Amino acid sequence: MSSERDRQPSVMLQGIGVIGHAVKTEPHVFTGAVLASALYGTMTVASSWALGWATENAVLPAFREGRATTATLLTAALFIVGVAVLKAGGVMARRTLAGIMQYRMQARSRRAVTRQYLRLPLAWHHRHPTGQLLSNASSDVEAAWAPLAPLPMAVGVVVMLVTAAVAILLVDPVLALVGFLIFPAIAALNLIYQRRLSPLVMKAQQLRAEVSEIAHESFDGALVVKTLGREDAEALRFQAKAERLRDANIGVGRIRGLFDPLLEGLPTIGVLAVLLVGSLRLAGGDVTSGALIQVAYLFTLLAFPVRALGWVLAELPRSVVGWTRVREILDATGSMEFGQARLSGDGPVGVEVRGVRYGYTPEAPVLSDVSFDAPPGRTVAVVGPTGSGKSTLTQILVRLVDPDDGRVLLDGTDLREVAKGGVSAAASLVPQQTFLFDDTVRANITVGNDRHEAVSDERVWAALRLAQADGFVSALPDGLDTRIGERGATLSGGQRQRLALARALVGRPRLLILDDATSSVDAQVEGRILRGLRDGSSDSTVIVVAYRMATIALADDVVYLEHGRVVDHGPHELLLDRCQGYRDLVTAYEREEAGRAALADEEISA
Amino acid sequence: MTMQAEERSAVATLRRGLALSPEFVVGLPVTLTLAVLATLGRLIVPIAIQQVIDRGLRGAAPDLPFIRNAVLLCAVAVVLSAVCGYLMNVRLYRSTESGLATLRGKGFRHVHDLSVLTQNTERRGALVSRITGDVDQISTFMQWGGLMIIISVGQLLIASVLMAVYSWQLALVVWVCFVPMAFAVPRFQRWVAKAYTIVRERTGDMLAAVSESVVGSTVIRAYGSEERTARRVDEAVDAHRSAQTRAQKIIAFTFPITELVGAVAIAGVVLVGVWLGVDGQLTPGRLVAFLFLITLFISPLQLATEVLNDAQNAVAGWRRVLGVLDTPTDVADPGESGVTLPRGPITVAFDRVGFSYPGGPPVLHDVSLEIAPRTRVAVVGETGSGKTTFAKLLTRLMDPTSGRVLVDGADLRRLRFSSLRSRIVMVPQDGFLFDATLAENIRFGRPTATDDDITLAMTELGLADWLQGLPAGLATPVGQRGESLSAGERQLVALARAYLADPDLLLLDEATSAVDPATEVRLARALESVTRGRTSVTIAHRLSTAEAADEVLVFEHGRVVQRGPHDRLVRQEGVYADLYASWTSAAHTS
Repeated sequence: MSSERDRQPSVMLQGIGVIGHAVKTEPHVFTGAVLASALYGTMTVASSWALGWATENAVLPAFREGRATTATLLTAALFIVGVAVLKAGGVMARRTLAGIMQYRMQARSRRAVTRQYLRLPLAWHHRHPTGQLLSNASSDVEAAWAPLAPLPMAVGVVVMLVTAAVAILLVDPVLALVGFLIFPAIAALNLIYQRRLSPLVMKAQQLRAEVSEIAHESFDGALVVKTLGREDAEALRFQAKAERLRDANIGVGRIRGLFDPLLEGLPTIGVLAVLLVGSLRLAGGDVTSGALIQVAYLFTLLAFPVRALGWVLAELPRSVVGWTRVREILDATGSMEFGQARLSGDGPVGVEVRGVRYGYTPEAPVLSDVSFDAPPGRTVAVVGPTGSGKSTLTQILVRLVDPDDGRVLLDGTDLREVAKGGVSAAASLVPQQTFLFDDTVRANITVGNDRHEAVSDERVWAALRLAQADGFVSALPDGLDTRIGERGATLSGGQRQRLALARALVGRPRLLILDDATSSVDAQVEGRILRGLRDGSSDSTVIVVAYRMATIALADDVVYLEHGRVVDHGPHELLLDRCQGYRDLVTAYEREEAGRAALADEEISA
Repeated sequence: MTMQAEERSAVATLRRGLALSPEFVVGLPVTLTLAVLATLGRLIVPIAIQQVIDRGLRGAAPDLPFIRNAVLLCAVAVVLSAVCGYLMNVRLYRSTESGLATLRGKGFRHVHDLSVLTQNTERRGALVSRITGDVDQISTFMQWGGLMIIISVGQLLIASVLMAVYSWQLALVVWVCFVPMAFAVPRFQRWVAKAYTIVRERTGDMLAAVSESVVGSTVIRAYGSEERTARRVDEAVDAHRSAQTRAQKIIAFTFPITELVGAVAIAGVVLVGVWLGVDGQLTPGRLVAFLFLITLFISPLQLATEVLNDAQNAVAGWRRVLGVLDTPTDVADPGESGVTLPRGPITVAFDRVGFSYPGGPPVLHDVSLEIAPRTRVAVVGETGSGKTTFAKLLTRLMDPTSGRVLVDGADLRRLRFSSLRSRIVMVPQDGFLFDATLAENIRFGRPTATDDDITLAMTELGLADWLQGLPAGLATPVGQRGESLSAGERQLVALARAYLADPDLLLLDEATSAVDPATEVRLARALESVTRGRTSVTIAHRLSTAEAADEVLVFEHGRVVQRGPHDRLVRQEGVYADLYASWTSAAHTS
């Protein structure tokens, strides 16, 4: 691990690489910001020069001679104010442009990262935790471009230091020597500072993420925590992590606390050295007292801006880590390849599943050698015990994931050969877990029909009726325009499921796949939905994952899965007759009831 | 529910915040003294310069021994003030970080007591940010800004005093120049605050839009709505960027104004100073020292603009944290003063219980019923008939609006949570699992359980076969939220977890809705035998549960309309017979 890190270029070099990327992307803004900063840097030095000039030419002569020349005094005053105006202009332009650059880079990265999220296949999403992907797009992007805010300032400071060095050199080479000792010392101190600080800051950052993860998880599982009375235990778990974060932050504080006063003290020491050396030079008649004042003033002026160098350096390690994580997303490959084929035609589509094998990990296949047909317009029920691979199969059927082996054909065309968007235009899946967008009811229903003509309200209402959702939607305060989600209406699980169903139905899919999509809906409502589907489903081939007999009875054919394999396939009656596992599964309630009835009879007869 | 205290004044917010985390003020006098000493070090330079110019450089030849001594003395003072600075920083970091850790902990614990957590799943992300990001906002201010304000005010005062000592006339010139700033700065602050409020809102929108592309990845792909989502993300990202840029422009414009005013003051001091000097009222050393003092006077003002931004953020962050902490827990643990009931057979009674959500219509009307010990009760009814509300009231996730819920004759509100949670356990429909192994998740129900206990429990529930089929058995990691398992498998684990907790009353709210019928029946039978002697309440769409129960409670429109054993109810005309008819037609082969 550590040897690997040794082979990496230093954080400093990598950081410069990240900054270089930003500069290349926004050359004009960067140039503008640096020019503005250079103006600021030069004017900072100039302001000390102005003060020195004023002291030398206006103040001291006036004190010596006991009278003042108005013209010289006014010139001095204008000089001071004029320099300050230019300096202020430089600051304004620098800050504005630095901000524009930083925020543009942030926005650019966020867009690019999200594009990747949308482009990468679902299998990739399965491998990456949600929380991590969210922080990639938010805090990692922010960390990556954080050095851009102080960057122009730092470049300006370099200009300032060089100008200052030249200015001092012009005044007196011996005083310049003092400066040349102090400035590199400040730079070196900054470097050591960042070296010591960066591992601690990164550790704190990591712990901060972990604290947030615990909170997320614990709040998500609140119902479990609460119903089992584990609030205090959870609070302890959180507190332990929060205390580690506290200790890490205190560690950061120790280093900061040590170096900040040192960095502040060094320029002061510089001023004192200038006074000492300067008075010697003054005694030798090598410098004037005005020049001495000017140099001393310069040191006080530089004390603060010089630290901007430190700010950039401080952000570099985090920036490198952030950018590395962002790059991992941007460089992620394994995108889904699409073909050119179109699924032409109207009406229900035929589905052929051929030898499909799939596993989230290679050693534990979820599906093995699954083959079956769903002829056009037919309804096929997929039945199987808990954990037999049904949901995975539905994802493969609409090509959310590709099988490791085998293929799925729609009207004879391999899904992998269908053009992008072709599968989703023809087939709709209602997943087991309902997801609604933080948007209006209408937008949630018409979400898949984006590229086509706007969907009329009648069609939306028709779909809602079919999903038995028209009743509660029309009771919502703004009907179809009611917002759902964080800032909108809260819906029950059954209501959300019905909206998800309407979303699938509104596109009049040629293949409709329901993955236990009515589990939160009670039997009566489900019955109405199923009857509606049967009456109007001649346009669709339907594949439905279900346990309920009513749903299964609706199917022309049943595929019975166990441990990811098709155990039997055929009409319900036939399977009931010849397949023991299937019979045990679907008649469980009846047998239970019969058993109980028999027991009751025994009790009566006994 | 609205979080209170959003509108509390800044001072009141600070006061309340400090009261909640007493660590913030521990040892504050010493820290402040150190801060003053560290700040005094900054005065060394102007004083040294004045001394050197006025005394060291007065004659034709500089008084070198004096200069040397002065410089050495100052150097020692600089070192001492740096040491004070170090000590102050360390103390400050320790006290603030301890205070923030406390605040995080208190916030976390309190959130778990808020019913909003279990009732409004969408707000959870926002609650997390209140005890993480919002607390971080406070830390920047507390460790840098807060002290800077104190130091700056001190520096401003000391610089003012010294300026007045050196020359009251010049001090007057400086103050006159800065008077307009006193009026301008609050206005600038308002602009900045407004701009940042917008930035924060846009940040929220942007994060929400980005999270949609991750959380909704299945639906987005299934419906080919990548472009639409990308467009929404672009809009949100751009709105965020332009809000940030706007805020930055305001800051960029207002920040250098202090410096500009400072330059005018310096020019004024030079003019007036020369005039005073000519008049013999001022030495050149004093004038020059005064010019250095002005930089000491300006820098805290300049800093103040930055610090005030930080302060705005901190107060806003604090307000949000306090908003959580000061939201009264609607369902409070009576704690020490509460009743602890012995374990054993449990009697539950609802006495004229009514419930409505704040501002909403009644969900439950005047429900009176009793559940005898050792009975198995099934609760049935259509969606929205009040079954889940009943469950939430029984487990005291909420309190009734009217009437009482009694356990063994004691009002549920008087029962200590520790007693209540060990006696009544609910298994909700969503089998939430933690990102840990299977064993750790099941052990959540009883932390002292050994692996053998867990295996035994699984066997008793008839889940041994399923467990053996898992690649790593009990050590199988379940993934985030248990997503490596199927929805049905998650429910099995959740049930085992509750079973291991061994309550006197087990409440199942659609707890096996995603489990296949054969497993469900097996599970029900297992539960029946192992929970014999305990009370169980089961809410289910599948009426097979009702058939097996001792008693069925039928809910309709928030009332119990029928109750009794299945055999009797099914023969009566009414809601239950209708429900049963549609269930049998849905569940049976014939």
